[in-house]
Amino acid sequence: MPARGLTAALALFSLLSGGTPAAADTLYVTLEKDNALAVVDGAAGKLVKTAKIGKRPRGIVLSRDGQQLYVATSDDDVIQIIDADSLRKVGTLPSGDDPETFAMDPEGKFLYVSNEDDNLVTVIDIAKRAKVKSIPVGVEPEGIAVSPDGQWVASTSETTNMVHWIDRAKLDVVDNTLVDPRPRAASFTADSKQLWVTSEIAGVLLILDVATRQVIKRIGFKIPGVTAEKIQPVGIRIDPHRRYGYVALGPANRVAVIDAAKLEVVDYLLVGQRVWNLEFSPDYTRLYTTNGVSNDISLIELPEHRVTKSVAVGNYPWGVVARP
Amino acid sequence: MRTRVFQGLLLAVSVVLLLAPADGAWARKRDASDKTASAAKAPAQAAQPAVAVKLGFLTAIVPQGGPFFDPVPPVLGVQGARLAIGDNNTTGQFTGQRFDLTEIVLEAQADPLPAFDNLLKQGIEHVLVNLPADQLVALQRSVGSRPVLLFDVGARDDRLRAVDCAGNVLHTLPSHAMLADALGQYLLQKRWMKWFLVVGAAPGDALFATAVERSAKRFGAKIVARKPWEHRFDDRRTPASEVPVFTQGVDYDVLVVADEEGAFGDELSYRTWLPRPVVGTQGLVAAGWHPVHEAWGAIQLQHRFREKAGRGMREVDYGAWLAVRAIGEAATRTRSVEFAAIRDYVLSDTFALAGFKGVPLSFRSWDRQLRQPVLLAQPRALVAVAPVEGIIHPKNELDTLGYDESESGCRLSR
Repeated sequence: MPARGLTAALALFSLLSGGTPAAADTLYVTLEKDNALAVVDGAAGKLVKTAKIGKRPRGIVLSRDGQQLYVATSDDDVIQIIDADSLRKVGTLPSGDDPETFAMDPEGKFLYVSNEDDNLVTVIDIAKRAKVKSIPVGVEPEGIAVSPDGQWVASTSETTNMVHWIDRAKLDVVDNTLVDPRPRAASFTADSKQLWVTSEIAGVLLILDVATRQVIKRIGFKIPGVTAEKIQPVGIRIDPHRRYGYVALGPANRVAVIDAAKLEVVDYLLVGQRVWNLEFSPDYTRLYTTNGVSNDISLIELPEHRVTKSVAVGNYPWGVVARP
Repeated sequence: MRTRVFQGLLLAVSVVLLLAPADGAWARKRDASDKTASAAKAPAQAAQPAVAVKLGFLTAIVPQGGPFFDPVPPVLGVQGARLAIGDNNTTGQFTGQRFDLTEIVLEAQADPLPAFDNLLKQGIEHVLVNLPADQLVALQRSVGSRPVLLFDVGARDDRLRAVDCAGNVLHTLPSHAMLADALGQYLLQKRWMKWFLVVGAAPGDALFATAVERSAKRFGAKIVARKPWEHRFDDRRTPASEVPVFTQGVDYDVLVVADEEGAFGDELSYRTWLPRPVVGTQGLVAAGWHPVHEAWGAIQLQHRFREKAGRGMREVDYGAWLAVRAIGEAATRTRSVEFAAIRDYVLSDTFALAGFKGVPLSFRSWDRQLRQPVLLAQPRALVAVAPVEGIIHPKNELDTLGYDESESGCRLSR
């Protein structure tokens, strides 16, 4: 209860002062080409330091307690466990070959990893540092998400063009939904009722109803002055109240803002080049984007949807997490 | 600029609209199969006995060399087809479809007609062909009215897309004209407009050279010299002495070489009289697929191919992979293994194939050529991807490569 009072007081303060509540956070950005991790002060928008890690780091997840980072170093074929304070490697997880993206369950006990070259989703017990199971899915699994209610793991396969629905209790694929070509990212809404999936080649965002596992809406993007081929939707973030969803549009250099109730595009925000993945600040007052070609991250103030800053971080920024 | 914006908008709308019906169809069929599946409580995989699509692959051994450090395998394409068959069958586990491949590898110079006829007698309706143009034309003419689709996965000849085109022959690799236009676009962007064309003695060299001359005209470049490179059995003639003399006395920006078999093209760089770059079949090359290509997920296909084949993926392997995937994509989207359903879908405006080049690939209605970006690469790095930035087209920028509808010597009704 006292914590809640404090938040309210802070909110009131920010309203009165007219400024943003500059809640501090630390961003960790994987740099695919630099084999390194960039550490950024999110509130200040400043690069703090850069640390060398394994080869070709891509997917990154923060442990539930915020003490450890899990980083897929694809060319090392492992997920590294990195201490978030010292940035020292404290262990590895057996991810299977060429790990790229992975997701964590709501309790923070298991990781689900896409093994692109082997058409598998590997399940890892974090505490035991052991592989639990490998689940066969379609060709080139890419996007992966665990529903917040813990029931589903959704895996998208880029060449099979399907969402594979893995029942978390059985750890088996129990249903498949055909989607538009080259599905990339997948993200559940906080109430676990919808799954959002981006299709890179078709240039659309698909909204799937989790209960029926059917596509209920297909959202296209149109940006004046940008050809359709440049619109390649990738990363997705949806706010916990499902007011807005955000979709990174790749070489279109824009983040699309979606009204998550009406399921319509309401705005396009110009960010860096080849915008790839997105992350909220822990207090949801900022959205961060990784921009693979301009080698920076963009900071977007929420809920104003104002792009305020870009921070140069290094070569091919890929994934980003924010730590309170 | 204004028209360009408008075209971009139009394209965005049409892509979204066109994709809708196919998925609608899927949703309906899926409803029906759901009922049977849930009644039997069957697992999602292999819910029903698979129905098969039968594919054939017809090629001949080509005793080709290549340098010792990069030998060219005598049989190309089969490994690409096998990889895509595996991909299709992985998807098929979820859709109840199976894809079978019958491979025929002929001796060099053998007549392919009997083997081809045998494939058709086995009920094979989709045949991948990696053979020279004349043989491909002969196969096509032997088909008659039988329901057969041929996928040309190796021949670059522009005549196969013009006077010798046919409604049942699809081409998955870029034509000579597309390759030359890709180079032309890049040279235009660099403002390297004076070309010195060197042409080898192999049959394909003259064809590529003709395509280069056409590109020069299209992009406003000038062929300031065109010289044949002749092979003579004279061991006093070394590259170090010959190339400077050969290139002397001409004022040019780039040396464009047409040497498909690699007989001399690699000897030209760094030996010209003037310090000039070499482009064409050596130096900066235009290609449908290349060992350095990694963007748009291509690295995954490179890895998966190498693991399966024990060597790097070559262009014909990519051409074969595309053909098998095109059939697989049509079978998945239509939920059918029927010949007519697959053919109609592959040739429809709805068809969109993901080929690791960042944009959807589809077949041109007027000559059955797969429209696709062309890579421009040097041996160890990608330099550019055509269509290059700034080249525009009223319908699809990919149609700035090769013969557009209005220029095509082929007229196919749907």
